[in-house]
Amino acid sequence: MVRNCREVKVRELRFLGAWDEPSDFVELTLENPGWEGYRPGQFAMLRPKHWGLELSWGRPFSISRANAESVTFFFQVVGRGTQRLAHLKPGDEVVLWGPLGNGFSAPVETPTVLLAGGMGLAPFRGYIEKHPTPEFLRLVFAHRPELECYPYAEMSEKVRAEAIREKTPDDLPLVIERIETAVREAAGGIVLACGPLPFLKTVQQAARTRQVRAELSLERSMACGVGACLGCVCKDGQDKHVQVCARGPVFNAEDVRL
Amino acid sequence: MDLRVEFAGLVLKNPIITASGTFGFGLEFMNFGDLKRLGGIVVKGLSLKPREGNPMPRIVETPCGMLNAIGIQNPGVEAFVRDKLPLLPWRETAIIANLYACSAQEFGDLTGVLAGEEGVAALEVNVSCPNVREGGAAFGQDPSQIRKVTEEVKKRAAGKPVIVKLSPNVTDIGLCARAAQDGGADAVSLINTLLGMAVDIRTRKPRLANVVGGLSGPAIKPVALRCVHQACKAISIPVIGIGGITSTEDALEFILVGASAVEVGTANFLRPDQSFRIVDDLPRVMIKAKCKEIAELRGTLSL
Repeated sequence: MVRNCREVKVRELRFLGAWDEPSDFVELTLENPGWEGYRPGQFAMLRPKHWGLELSWGRPFSISRANAESVTFFFQVVGRGTQRLAHLKPGDEVVLWGPLGNGFSAPVETPTVLLAGGMGLAPFRGYIEKHPTPEFLRLVFAHRPELECYPYAEMSEKVRAEAIREKTPDDLPLVIERIETAVREAAGGIVLACGPLPFLKTVQQAARTRQVRAELSLERSMACGVGACLGCVCKDGQDKHVQVCARGPVFNAEDVRL
Repeated sequence: MDLRVEFAGLVLKNPIITASGTFGFGLEFMNFGDLKRLGGIVVKGLSLKPREGNPMPRIVETPCGMLNAIGIQNPGVEAFVRDKLPLLPWRETAIIANLYACSAQEFGDLTGVLAGEEGVAALEVNVSCPNVREGGAAFGQDPSQIRKVTEEVKKRAAGKPVIVKLSPNVTDIGLCARAAQDGGADAVSLINTLLGMAVDIRTRKPRLANVVGGLSGPAIKPVALRCVHQACKAISIPVIGIGGITSTEDALEFILVGASAVEVGTANFLRPDQSFRIVDDLPRVMIKAKCKEIAELRGTLSL
């Protein structure tokens, strides 16, 4: 019988940077619980074993990378859960269930534009590392905090990449324009996007206008992560509620209403 | 050691049942434990026709609990019978259907669909969902309506045990329990969620699109124990205890107060194998309590 809820130990916790205190950027590496593999774009739920009952849910994070020994997540401190997660120490036990959800398509020898907004960069690290034809990949990264807060540097060494920063709200039109251009340049290929909702809306709109195939990874608060609680739904192309955790988190751009 | 419990015509291999709305149709949890080890599974609330449920956001985490306003999103009773039930281990574990409707008549019709299903061990009647405007709470707060709905379901249940799930959002829980008993219920289960609310001061909006929602989790356990205690005193039919159970010890507390079995709800979100862990932990707690069977413990609260 498969039991993919396991208790694993923290191997490493690394702070990449801080922006707007206390919003730390954290890379958390756990022991691999024996996953047979995962598909980039999938996520996992984490709940430290020592958490008492105050917080009722685990926390969902995109799997940033995984190998036989370890699984790495990348997150920003935004609330009570991530604040506590940022205090983990090597050796602490974490209940980990996953890999969950569907993941991104990875067509070979296909022009693929990876569009990441902020923390949406996380799944693309593993995506780039695992892709059989990385020379067809191109990364466009839109961000607000300094680039050092993200694991961008090592990613940009592996694929053609560019970063564009929205330092002030005045930069936004330029960022949007760059996203639209990137989508247009993916014609005949595919766009994979992960980022905040306004970012995804821009990508979806551009993909629709230019008739470019696109996949969007959605972010939601989740209680169960396995499709049971119906707390994370979005609307599909038929205007029906579907679970982001179980039916996504990656959706074809034309099959989801944002 | 005998972990079996028998009540209301049901024989469960242990008193741990998963609560409606927190365990999907059970199938979502097959990767996290053996469904056959559970005492029972109450499936997601079913309505006659498919329901889309409430708009987002639908859930909020609160200290030691959560609020939800899902609004009984479900594929409808026929889809459940056709697509889900055949995949469940109903010969080994009691599969309990949870019924939601907006009128006594509709409850009756829903019962009619499920009564002939061999795989359904019992019917749990949700007269208490706070998230649906048309009916739910209105039934749950009016003893005469509880009785009427219970009678209607019982009439069409073809002998299947009828469990009435009660709301804590009432002045006198004993009166509601008695109404269910008078309507012919074989058992009652309680408590459903407590009506609550959360506010975001940054947006100045409620955190739930539905404005109000049901509070669940360990925060409500003391209220649940009190309600179960009062219900057990008020009626002679069996009681299933629900509300904030996260551990085997919690389950035992409800049994001591008089519950024949318990339902585990929000704890399924602490980790998806939590209900299985509670089952696995039962023998240890029984040994500690120096008991050989569950029945020895039931209702032995020393007052």
